[in-house]
Amino acid sequence: MANVLELSKIRKSFGTELVLNDLSLSVPEHTATVLIGASGSGKSTLLRCINLLESIDDGQIFLDGEEISDPLINVDEVRRKLGMVFQSFNLFPHKTVLENITLAPIKVQGKSKEEAITATLALLKRFDLADKADQYPDRLSGGQQQRVAIIRSLALNPRLLLLDEITSALDPVLVNEVLSIVRDLKSDGMTMVLATHEMGFATQVADEVCFLESGNILERGSAQDVLHAPKNPKTQEFLKRVHQAGRL
Amino acid sequence: MSERINSAWSPSSREIQRRGERKRISRRQAAIAAVSTTVVLGTLLIILVTSPGWEIVKNTFFDIDYGREVFPTVIAGLWINLQLTFIGGAAIGVIALGLALLRTTKSPALTPFRFLATAYVDIFRGAPLILIILLVGFGVPALQLKGISSNVIFLGTVAVVLTYSAYVAEVIRSGILSIHPSQRAAARSLGLTSGQTMRYVVLPQAIRRVVPPLLNDFVSLLKDTGLVSILGVTDAVRAAQINASRTFNYTPYVVAAVLFLLITIPMTRYTDRAIRQRTNAQSSEGAI
Repeated sequence: MANVLELSKIRKSFGTELVLNDLSLSVPEHTATVLIGASGSGKSTLLRCINLLESIDDGQIFLDGEEISDPLINVDEVRRKLGMVFQSFNLFPHKTVLENITLAPIKVQGKSKEEAITATLALLKRFDLADKADQYPDRLSGGQQQRVAIIRSLALNPRLLLLDEITSALDPVLVNEVLSIVRDLKSDGMTMVLATHEMGFATQVADEVCFLESGNILERGSAQDVLHAPKNPKTQEFLKRVHQAGRL
Repeated sequence: MSERINSAWSPSSREIQRRGERKRISRRQAAIAAVSTTVVLGTLLIILVTSPGWEIVKNTFFDIDYGREVFPTVIAGLWINLQLTFIGGAAIGVIALGLALLRTTKSPALTPFRFLATAYVDIFRGAPLILIILLVGFGVPALQLKGISSNVIFLGTVAVVLTYSAYVAEVIRSGILSIHPSQRAAARSLGLTSGQTMRYVVLPQAIRRVVPPLLNDFVSLLKDTGLVSILGVTDAVRAAQINASRTFNYTPYVVAAVLFLLITIPMTRYTDRAIRQRTNAQSSEGAI
């Protein structure tokens, strides 16, 4: 199986603070890699680096074998192949649900308006949001907004989907409607890298779980191994705290 | 989802009692407001009409017959102010948008223009409008350039446009900077170029956000068009001045002031309402 994403010895610092330290990771096609770890362990930064929203200090990033950490690369073309969903949804408040989703297919991929709308309505219907097409984001619940944000990134048929703590801003009742979309995508064979605090969900979708601590992957393996029989004392300590918070 | 209001509901006796109490309270408050207003305004009026010079002021500033006589010339002048406001306003909008975009661009090819735009804004925002009007109004004709009109209305408009486009550019720029970086990140992560991000995501939100302050500037613009009278343009201020110096009766100034107020007060009321609506909308935007 070919690796969609390959990270080799990534290093990234903000000022004097080292956020990612010599981090390497391979993501094979049709797999889901789950990043866990405390806030500040570098999960979000890693996802933002993959999407070239942050530049790295050292190391290499390959997407389908092409080095995208090359400064000469066309970043807009790279980002077209990557979908990204944020913790805070980041929908465009001045555009309706339909306009939010069709913006990139029309302006970036050059699809006709009719074509983009037809495809979007099909996606909305699939995820039970067909009746929200003409609503503005502030009329939707948090869960609905996040589902729209996921659909918005799916509309470009990305090679790889990056999900950055997409349920952290939602109340527990709304979490599941968002996670069920991700489960659907996983069974469709979408390749994903996701940062999450939902350990139960991680167990369900993860092909590989990586525990991040001060910018590096301390422990990696199947969900069963890392989440239920962690070897590293720091992983054990982290999972114990998650247990105490009632999130497993 | 909230439940539908039950049509079978009728207010309880306690609620009916509360409504009566509320009505009594609001009646008492209205009475207090009326008494207080009468006392304060009455006192001010008495101070005014019992002042030693009131008779003279009444005759030289509030001469109704003379006011009626000069009204047509002042209102003709006001028409000039209005034309200047709308034509100038359109030019200001276009130039200011260009300046704001130049000042926020990171494109290396546009670096010299970014510096020029910054210098432009510094100069025209920092110098008093009246000086710019004098410099343009008397300086440009002195250059004796071919093809440049020395019409005072044209030059006055140019001076006002130069100054106000600097003000408005800063307002638009502050709007652009107020859009949260996460909006830009979301747009860029969808593969939109920086230009597309500005055009389809940042600018529409920024403009919406700065409409109230822009309306404020529009009101100021209308008032400040009165300053072009120093170049000899017969606008409302100048027309009033001519009539006043002819008779030493200052009623024309009052007429001009009242005419300006008749336009600016509704405009400011409208602006205040727009700001209120904007604030309300923003508080419901909190989840974004």
